[in-house]
Amino acid sequence: MQELIKNLGLIINATLVATPPLLYAALGSTFSERSGVVNIGIEGMMTIGAFVGAAVAHFTSNAWLAFLCGGLVGALFGLIHAIVCVSFGADQTISGTAINFLAPGVAIFVCKALFEQSSDTPPLDTAQKLPKLFNGVFEVGSFWNNVLNTYVATYLAFVAVAVVWFIFYKTRFGMRLRAVGEHPKACETQGINVFRIRYIAVIASGFLAGLGGAYVTLCTVSQFRPAVIVGQGFIAIAAVIFGKFTPQGAMRACLLFGLCNGLKVLLGSSNVISPNLISMIPYVVTIITLVLFVGKSRVPAASGKPYLKQR
Amino acid sequence: MKHKNKNNETTQNIVNNVKHDLLQQNALYTIIAIFFGFVVGGIFLWSAGFNPFEAYAKLFSSVFSRPKYLIWSVIYATPLIFTGLSVAFSYKMGVFNIGAEGQFVVGSLAALCVGILVDMPPVLHAIFCILAAFAAGMIWSFLVAVLRVRFGINEVLSFIMFNWIAFYLSNYIVNTETIHKVGGGEASKDIRESARILLPQSVQNILQNDKANYGFFLAIIAAVAIWFILSKTTLGYRVMAVGLNPHAAKYGGINSNKTMYIAMSLSGALAALGGAVQLMGNSMRISQFAGQEGFGFQGITVALIASSNPIGCIFAGLFYGAMKYGGSKLNLIDAPTEVIDIIMGTIVLFIAISHVFRYLITKRLQKKEDK
Repeated sequence: MQELIKNLGLIINATLVATPPLLYAALGSTFSERSGVVNIGIEGMMTIGAFVGAAVAHFTSNAWLAFLCGGLVGALFGLIHAIVCVSFGADQTISGTAINFLAPGVAIFVCKALFEQSSDTPPLDTAQKLPKLFNGVFEVGSFWNNVLNTYVATYLAFVAVAVVWFIFYKTRFGMRLRAVGEHPKACETQGINVFRIRYIAVIASGFLAGLGGAYVTLCTVSQFRPAVIVGQGFIAIAAVIFGKFTPQGAMRACLLFGLCNGLKVLLGSSNVISPNLISMIPYVVTIITLVLFVGKSRVPAASGKPYLKQR
Repeated sequence: MKHKNKNNETTQNIVNNVKHDLLQQNALYTIIAIFFGFVVGGIFLWSAGFNPFEAYAKLFSSVFSRPKYLIWSVIYATPLIFTGLSVAFSYKMGVFNIGAEGQFVVGSLAALCVGILVDMPPVLHAIFCILAAFAAGMIWSFLVAVLRVRFGINEVLSFIMFNWIAFYLSNYIVNTETIHKVGGGEASKDIRESARILLPQSVQNILQNDKANYGFFLAIIAAVAIWFILSKTTLGYRVMAVGLNPHAAKYGGINSNKTMYIAMSLSGALAALGGAVQLMGNSMRISQFAGQEGFGFQGITVALIASSNPIGCIFAGLFYGAMKYGGSKLNLIDAPTEVIDIIMGTIVLFIAISHVFRYLITKRLQKKEDK
């Protein structure tokens, strides 16, 4: 029993640690999807966020500043995506693909330029990483320590869900954002600036994706490597679809996918199930849900369609 | 006098027409995009303290200075021509095959399994491997077509999911007991000699390259075949009709669902062939992936540069292959190889907004003429 509770604690902890990067990115994806812009560049934005986070933390030893910078550089690539897709009306999938080339390319290029040809940043000390909440409050190895003693940024991710939910459903901006994703033309006749709302949404999606990337290097991995972001961005996109394009739904999906990751960590050493098979679960589950609940997860009507200003 | 004036006018008109034709050509805007790609790459190199001209000269000379290097560029280009064709073909039908990555992986996996587990005489074995890859890619992409046609699921989403399923499937199979190389680190066994598609030793010696293989010829055959299908067959006509206007195609009596099934399967098979050729002609084994290898995504770039023209894919593939090979030599002057990704990403971005350039240039021309 003792062992079971301890393992349970470890699984919950692994889930809590693995969920936030997905969650930040998924919230970002929700923002841009609901405004009618598909952003598959999330993966690339996370990668560059991860790099900038690690690099800034290495040079300044200020983890919070690094976390913020990771978000900002993601926002910068969000801005590029917005210019290309919103202002110029380019194909959103192609633009996202380009960003998935560009952002990791820039990240590794700058990394090699800064750190003597190495594509990895030097490992961060514990002091340079983001702090843990409840550090030393509980006994080491106890259930509550395993469950609750995790990074502040982990808790922040869940706070962010509430904030995004509030923005979406309780503010005028959120209402407009959702409307723009459904019927931009009608919005424009109502005097809503479609372009401005989409710009804000896409930049916000880049910012959140960047935070998700920075979380990985500043909390879990403690250094940037080219393969530090492998598919988290795409899992986040899957989570958004799975969660029916709402922040709270995305959170539930991310927790489920985070649990897969928790199981992978725990079972990985035991050789019972191959970790590779567990890694497939988020993707398979997403496909199956889409098949089983056809029409339930309704894509915003204007999603993926460039909008040209009416003259 | 009047007559002469009229004559002048016609010449002027012809000149203008030629100008307009040129401006309507995609090639012009592709060249503009490539130019900007190199400019942006140059800015990055310069700000990192490298002389961009020196780096580009190195890039150029690593490709062209020796026949051996040129052959390497061709070897690098071969899988990209296949994935480029795959993306280009489905794009003609209005389907964006972002799943070429996964189809490529299952193709090479199928070829790997047949190449290791089956014992067959030389030429037959290779053909069998290629057929296995073809079938695997077809099925992989067909499933996505079913999801779209039967369940109305956006193919871009399912392609992305299938890419990652293929990714982990590959890592899983590579680590199974029968496939994994004993004590071989994180890779599979090598495929049997009989499954390889290397050129004969004598030809390799002339080319000074021990990885020279038949893949490129297969790629050219595939490109011509796709060109033929698109421009000379009913299937091609249907594909283009669905791509241009699905409703009109349906109204015209084309079974767009059936066309979708066939064309997406074929598109998947093409990408899978790329995987097979890369395995059987170059890598001979599959290593455990740390991240996506990108052949499929690079195929998207190839197709965009080629404006989805199958024959154009050969040249666009060669361009990308040369960039990849030349780029891998940039570390000799300590410049990061990733500048290639930056250049290519920028090219894709600028091709995506090429209609803006078209608009600006034609508008300017119009103004000039009006004066």
